[in-house]
Amino acid sequence: MSCITRLLAVVRKEVRQLARDRLTFGMIVGIPMLQIMLFGFAINTDVRHLDTAVVDQAGSQLSATLIADAEASQVVHVVRTARDSTELQERMRRGEIAVGIVIPADFERRLQQNDRSAAQLIVDGADPLILGAAQKLTQMELQQDSTLQQGDGAPLFELYNPYNPERRSAVYIVPGLIGVILTMTMVLFTAVAIVRERERGNLELLINTPVRNIELMVGKIIPYIIIGLLQVSLILLLGRFLFQVPIVGAIGDVYLATLLFIAANLTLGLVISTLAASQFQAMQMTFFFFLPSILLSGFMFPFDGMPQAAQYIAEVLPLTHFVRIIRGIMLRGADLLELLGDIQALALFTTLTLTIAVLRFHKRLD
Amino acid sequence: MSDDFAIVTEGLTRRFGQLTAVNRVALRIPRGRIYGFLGPNGSGKSTTIRMLCGLLTPSEGEAVVLGLKVPGEAEALKRKIGYMTQRFSLYEDLTVLENLQFIAEIFCLPRARRRGRIEELMEGFHLTELRRQWAGTLSGGQKQRLALAAAILHEPQLLFLDEPTSAVDPQSRRDFWERLFELADNGTTLLVSTHYMDEAERCHGLAILDRGVVVADGTPATLEAGINAWVVEVESERARVARNAIAPLPGVFSVTQLGARLRVLLEREIDEPQGYIQAALDQAHTPATSRLTSAGLEDVFVAATQGRYRGGSA
Repeated sequence: MSCITRLLAVVRKEVRQLARDRLTFGMIVGIPMLQIMLFGFAINTDVRHLDTAVVDQAGSQLSATLIADAEASQVVHVVRTARDSTELQERMRRGEIAVGIVIPADFERRLQQNDRSAAQLIVDGADPLILGAAQKLTQMELQQDSTLQQGDGAPLFELYNPYNPERRSAVYIVPGLIGVILTMTMVLFTAVAIVRERERGNLELLINTPVRNIELMVGKIIPYIIIGLLQVSLILLLGRFLFQVPIVGAIGDVYLATLLFIAANLTLGLVISTLAASQFQAMQMTFFFFLPSILLSGFMFPFDGMPQAAQYIAEVLPLTHFVRIIRGIMLRGADLLELLGDIQALALFTTLTLTIAVLRFHKRLD
Repeated sequence: MSDDFAIVTEGLTRRFGQLTAVNRVALRIPRGRIYGFLGPNGSGKSTTIRMLCGLLTPSEGEAVVLGLKVPGEAEALKRKIGYMTQRFSLYEDLTVLENLQFIAEIFCLPRARRRGRIEELMEGFHLTELRRQWAGTLSGGQKQRLALAAAILHEPQLLFLDEPTSAVDPQSRRDFWERLFELADNGTTLLVSTHYMDEAERCHGLAILDRGVVVADGTPATLEAGINAWVVEVESERARVARNAIAPLPGVFSVTQLGARLRVLLEREIDEPQGYIQAALDQAHTPATSRLTSAGLEDVFVAATQGRYRGGSA
């Protein structure tokens, strides 16, 4: 026999407990807010303002007009000029620019002849969304000179897509996936492993032994570093043999970068473990961190499509830097020195979180 | 002088905000003895032990444990003390052997010594058969044996036991105490916190704690002799009625029912305690017999926690 009082008693009790569990309550409100902000504002598949460099060998008024028109389309944002296309490609490999425009010396003659493209557009087309945006540019017409009949001839730009010529999305997704999987497992593993020890009372035993903070932390981390490296190897192998994802750069660089990224995530896991009171809380906190990581890092959506504020947040997340590094190495063949900025960012993140973790992890109980 | 004592404290105090958990505790605990902390929950037993281990910093006062000042020299102290937690704190998903190996390595026992010591302990604690079993699947008594073995693996001079027998049956508890006496005979000092009278009774010496203050200390015998109260035992078929007749009497400060018996504590100032009680029972027309008896540790505990213990002065 059912009884409405009994049912309501359970409901009331549940609501009370929920209101007292501040973290869960925070998630109930926080997750929808976070999602709507991220998807509504930050995620923009309509890519604009791609960082661009220009090689202007023609140096004429018409070439200047072309650059101005391209910028007016808002697809590209010219940040620098380069001497030649070699410098252009180097900058692209370093990840400084996504698009390069090469205007040859015979630009105007080519425009007149109208049988081949007048200029070249080099695109880091590893990201299909960037490629799509760049393609819009090729359909552009020079506004200045309407006497030129080029609409029915060759397009204004010849598109050159050096890093993903076959436009396969797996090529683009797999390197970033290494970062996503490591973020998920590394942060969670460490956080839960330490919180579990506290929850089960093992820590009470350990603090009465001569074991040091640093020994305890490093000892707990080492197995997970190995697990992380195994995961990476698995993804690389599957990517290579199932999806033919190339590793253009040095394999050693891939592992070095990954090691640094694993360190960044593990130290973050340590910080979470010093904050969380239970394994469940550790999981909640990890999820809070994981969600913006996956959406803002540039793994799912192009970084250049996001508003300034979201880009600032993304710069704090280790995954953002790792996605840039790993794509640079695997797809564009960049070496670690060429990606120094992002590597420094990861190192800084690791140092900061490790400091916080050690400071917060008191061996004494008070 | 302090060499004869494993633990010496002076004015040891710990405050948590407004609350004074431990208030000016002075202790002198001799070596090679089992010393008990008897007190209700929240009386400051655990807080005191934690300060003695160097896990908590005292707000005031000082403590010298095994000749080392705490918390200053706590790290050096950790190699010399063992700690058995109230809750089973070894790894439930490791086997008996793996747990002992882990502890041996944590304490950096020399490799050559490790194996022999573990074998010796497993033998002595009847764990050899269980060596490959996960610790989580052991019974309460087995877990307790394992926990004790782990706590003394590095041969500590001083062993802290925080309510060690709360989860085991009486037989296991007896065996467990046999082992504790054996350790004390071999020179180990043991500090046991408990709220069981029968456990407190086994200690060589003990301190009764109440709201952070040591209200009485000594051997169980001197404590019982030193109680500043009369103990009258009343036997009645109608114990509840008898109780209602006695409890409001001036000078009676505690009545405890044990089945058909009542244990009555009265102030020392009353001249004829047995007659005084019997008169009250007769007046209430309650058939009952009463007799004066000697105090037990529980009576001391009740008297002391009500501020009616004055040591040997009575």
